[in-house]
Amino acid sequence: MGDSLFLESGEGRLFMDPHPDKAREFFRGKSRAMVDKTMTVTEAVRRFVKDGDYLAVGGFGTNRIPTALLHEVLRQGRKSLGLSGHTATHDFQILAAGGVIDRVDVAYVIGLEARGLSKVARKLFEEARVEVCEWTNAALAWRYKAAVMGTPYIPARVMLGSDTFVKSAAKTVTCPYTGLKLVALPALYPDVAFIHVHRSDIYGNAQIDGITVADFDIARAAKRVILTTEEIVPTDYIRKDPTRTVITHYCVDAVCHVPYGSYPGNMPYAYFSDEEHLREWLAVDGKPETLRPFLEKYIYGTKDFAEYLELCGGEAKIETLRRKEFLE
Amino acid sequence: MSEQGKKYNAMELMICLAARFLEDGKTVVVGTGAPCAAAMLAQKTHAPNLTVFFEAGGIAPLLPTMPISVGDSRTFHKAIMASSMIDVMDACQRGVVDYCFLGGAQIDMYGNINSTVIGDFRRPRVRLPGSGGANDLASLTWRTMVITPHDVRRFVPKVDFITSPGYLTGKGAREAAGLPPGTGPYKIITNLCVMGFDEETCRMKVESLHAGVTKEDVVVATGFELIWPERVETSGEPTDEELDLLRNEVDPMKYIIGREAV
Repeated sequence: MGDSLFLESGEGRLFMDPHPDKAREFFRGKSRAMVDKTMTVTEAVRRFVKDGDYLAVGGFGTNRIPTALLHEVLRQGRKSLGLSGHTATHDFQILAAGGVIDRVDVAYVIGLEARGLSKVARKLFEEARVEVCEWTNAALAWRYKAAVMGTPYIPARVMLGSDTFVKSAAKTVTCPYTGLKLVALPALYPDVAFIHVHRSDIYGNAQIDGITVADFDIARAAKRVILTTEEIVPTDYIRKDPTRTVITHYCVDAVCHVPYGSYPGNMPYAYFSDEEHLREWLAVDGKPETLRPFLEKYIYGTKDFAEYLELCGGEAKIETLRRKEFLE
Repeated sequence: MSEQGKKYNAMELMICLAARFLEDGKTVVVGTGAPCAAAMLAQKTHAPNLTVFFEAGGIAPLLPTMPISVGDSRTFHKAIMASSMIDVMDACQRGVVDYCFLGGAQIDMYGNINSTVIGDFRRPRVRLPGSGGANDLASLTWRTMVITPHDVRRFVPKVDFITSPGYLTGKGAREAAGLPPGTGPYKIITNLCVMGFDEETCRMKVESLHAGVTKEDVVVATGFELIWPERVETSGEPTDEELDLLRNEVDPMKYIIGREAV
């Protein structure tokens, strides 16, 4: 340390181009049409996720997560994906178990908060099988915001003086007004975002109940957006209460109807997380001989999320989680 | 150290002591576990108007149970607002948030914290989750507090990685790095003692030893030299009221207070 106090630039690699004019060119060509975007998860991943893409995942690790899309990425054998490891917990665990990522912007990965650490996720780092760049939760949230604003960076006062900065791809700048030293957080435009929502119309006008975490910004920063939704509702239903709309149709490429789609994660006001199943994941993910049959059973051997959910207890399981959510 | 004969355990003591540092009418960002319990206890005792934030966006919830995740439904149960991470982090950067609680695998005499790697960065012996919001909260909130077990593996002369800044290399270093002035580590609450930071050197300084703990106990559990005041106080003990609230209202399932503190 010590040197890092005055370091101007982190040593990490910037995975994504922050240039706003390139983003503008992309967004200029993106359709804004209100057309029916409903499709299966299988089709959405086939059409909108390519090998090498950089992903952003909505929600908060085990809360309002797009499980069906994460599973489908494994099923379809995507590889060499980049990831924004922003509040990533079970979502990261799934991608790590599938071995589909080769570079990560880290704010929070590997841990499942108080539940413990994922061994398969740890191994990716300890065996140096992923390229790593360090950030913080606020830094990645602000990087999305810079992209949303269409500016190349956003100034902030985090990471300064720390090794988190040294191992990041951030640079410092001097404020032209105050002379303050600030960190310039580069805009982050993910190739694809996966977001699970409470309800959407067929065009991708979507509402989220409860905390939005970073999803307002992720949906706008990403070049392509795939939504999974608990419910498909008529546009009139969205129009009745537009203050609840978080995501608008011109951001969205695909809308997939996936009831209980955050399982085994928590879906606010609907069902709580399945702690038993999450514990099972943590128990098996340390060794290939236990992880492989587990993945075979739940992901590779199932054709879709509905089949996975059925294996985990289906509607009856959801009913117990619903009662837990409502503290009954 | 024996807990025999005491009517509380080390975790309960740490939570009660942490709670007392949270002043009424202030704001705090908490995570799950002991910090959340401390904030809940403070609200039920001397600080009913303490506003609690969770970094995922929950603001001022009426917590029905201990959350499992800082983004689960409990963190905005009957909240004033179900907001976003950026709203909470913006509030920290704007100077609105008074306290935060952090933890980590290693901490040094300046309160620098490591939650990223043990060993080499490129090929770590142990990879940990990384900053999450810890660096942000340590950089931006006015007073950083730590609740942690006290042992030589954690209290080290040099952290392997500064994930979250304490006073970095000493007085003036935070400001030189560009961090907002007037911020930094405030209290370190362990199973042995309460520590603050010396104003001149910004080094960790013992404030009080818990009942039954000796100076020697702390010295052998700390991998660096601490500053000792001329007179070391004895930490307060939990009151019957605090223990009652903690056990029956804050954490009736004993998710946190049932845990070993070391």
